[in-house]
Amino acid sequence: MENLYTQLLEDVRFEEGLNACMNCGVCTAICPAAEFYNYDPRMIVDMVQTRNDEVIRDLLKSETIWYCGQCMSCKTRCPRGNTPGQIIMALRLLSQKLGYFTESEKGRQQFAVKRTVGDNILEYGYCVPSYDVEPERHPEQGPVWEHIYENLEHFIARAGGELYGKEGPLRRFTPEVMQELRDIFDVTGGLDLFDAIEEASEKKAKEMDMEFTKEGIDCEYFRHVYTFDSGIHFIEEPIMEDHETGR
Amino acid sequence: MKLEGKKRIWSEFQKEIPDDHFFYVRSCIRQSFFPGSEQFFLKVLKEDLGKDIFEDPNHTTCTGIGYHGDVVQFDTIQTVVARHFALATEHGYKDVVISCVTSFGIYEEIIETWKHYPETLEKTRENLYKATGRVFDVPDSITHSSDIIYKFKDEIAAKAKFPLIDHVTGEPLRIVEHIGCHYSKMFPKYGVGGAEFPHVLIGMIEAWGGEVIDYPERRHCCGFGFRQYIVQANRGYSLSNSRKKFVSMQPYKPEAIIANCPGCTMFMDKWQYTIKEMDGMTYGQHGQGIPVLTYEELAGIVMGYNPWDLGLQYHNVQSEPLLDKMGIKYDQEEKYLTKDGKKLPVPKDLINA
Ligand code: SF4
Ligand code: SF4
Repeated sequence: MENLYTQLLEDVRFEEGLNACMNCGVCTAICPAAEFYNYDPRMIVDMVQTRNDEVIRDLLKSETIWYCGQCMSCKTRCPRGNTPGQIIMALRLLSQKLGYFTESEKGRQQFAVKRTVGDNILEYGYCVPSYDVEPERHPEQGPVWEHIYENLEHFIARAGGELYGKEGPLRRFTPEVMQELRDIFDVTGGLDLFDAIEEASEKKAKEMDMEFTKEGIDCEYFRHVYTFDSGIHFIEEPIMEDHETGR
Repeated sequence: MKLEGKKRIWSEFQKEIPDDHFFYVRSCIRQSFFPGSEQFFLKVLKEDLGKDIFEDPNHTTCTGIGYHGDVVQFDTIQTVVARHFALATEHGYKDVVISCVTSFGIYEEIIETWKHYPETLEKTRENLYKATGRVFDVPDSITHSSDIIYKFKDEIAAKAKFPLIDHVTGEPLRIVEHIGCHYSKMFPKYGVGGAEFPHVLIGMIEAWGGEVIDYPERRHCCGFGFRQYIVQANRGYSLSNSRKKFVSMQPYKPEAIIANCPGCTMFMDKWQYTIKEMDGMTYGQHGQGIPVLTYEELAGIVMGYNPWDLGLQYHNVQSEPLLDKMGIKYDQEEKYLTKDGKKLPVPKDLINA
């Protein structure tokens, strides 16, 4: 037995996030993810509090732990002071550490999060710098974003800054600063987590017979996890349609 | 009720905001999408209000989007934030001002964790020292940059050239305010008005002459959802949540949406474009979109700053309907000029243009 519950308890956010849940369902009532996905945070909390390793292992391999949007609205409202959103963060972390995340479609997407936001942090010192928001990957940003993306230097200058300057918006960090950031990731296990995500993803790509490259986002497996949607995740009838007040 | 008791009850919802000497940390999203807002904030504090606000260019991302996207662990983000505190300590600052609601929520979580689990603070000190050789003091206060504008809202009102009033009818403009979940839903005591009466934007809007709209989905999430936006396959989640809000606010005829968090500002602007492209729907009056502004942009136009220097032309939903109502004069030709006056092409498919 892997003692999954004990491993969860090592996460301070889990300890803080879970007192006895009374299954009232308030978290589910307020949850924006539960309105969109076939998802019920109350059920996750209840499954975790069984302390049954088999139940927890199923969760770690499931789609359901990846639906939460981490808005933390549930923290404000739970009458027992639980935070389902934080319990889910602990589950997601453990799922990645143990390589279970590649067992679900939504879990496999963590590879895309790592190769974009994760790699941006260590390469640029920003999570989402303008120059990584490529219009092809972000059609929803519209033509105004294409304009900004193509004229980034002017966009920043008009605001009174200097792109890749020494200070201000989108300044370039010195190699020393970037090394400090990397050393923090190294000392705190951040690089190990990146490695765990990479390793399990590479294995999965092989299993799925998809092309996988050691870095970047130009490979079949990235494109697959980034865009694929099997359509099994949604509640059947979106509640909102009826309320549309259209003209 | 006796006044004393009343005061005690409301004291829980009030926040002490320092008056001067701030250490500023930027937001990845605000500087990438609304760089004019951060520049305005620094300028207004230094030049209009005469405050000391310092920024060390060596502060990096807090890694917050990675943290809530589950690829950065709690130990890691605590240490990155501790490095920011070390920079503040090295420069002699005790009050940290944060330009992002996601970051702000993380700072709240970290400081509260350090209080309840002192061993996590010790561990973070060790980690930071080992990685960088730096040491830090826990700051006396953390505030969101909107808290600072809130504190000086009356000084700004005194300088207002264009209050939030329809300059033809004299009626107050109707404004939607969006606080952003992580501002005070997690740790209510850090936000002005807590989780129940978040007042930070209301205070500004009312001080500058506007009227705040109450609507059913007012406190609903904008739908960012971190991985639910970062991964393209999930973006329907993000879009649906914003749409739910637009549908709910539409009958109240808002003239503008003011958002606390740079992410929320960006999403509520972009999703209006996306919905218009997908099914032709708009949610403002007369078939227009609803302009979505940061509180800095709002303060800026109220104070008479040039809207194009603030960056309003870089939103999908253009703000001319709002500027016209306020009686602000602007030059269309200046919108897409470079700093030194060169003309750039005008983006296509702008809403309200
Ligand atoms: S609101 Fe709290 S007590 Fe109620 S079901 Fe959710 S976690 Fe359990
Ligand atoms: S944090 Fe997750 S579970 Fe909690 S209300 Fe938000 S989306 Fe739902």
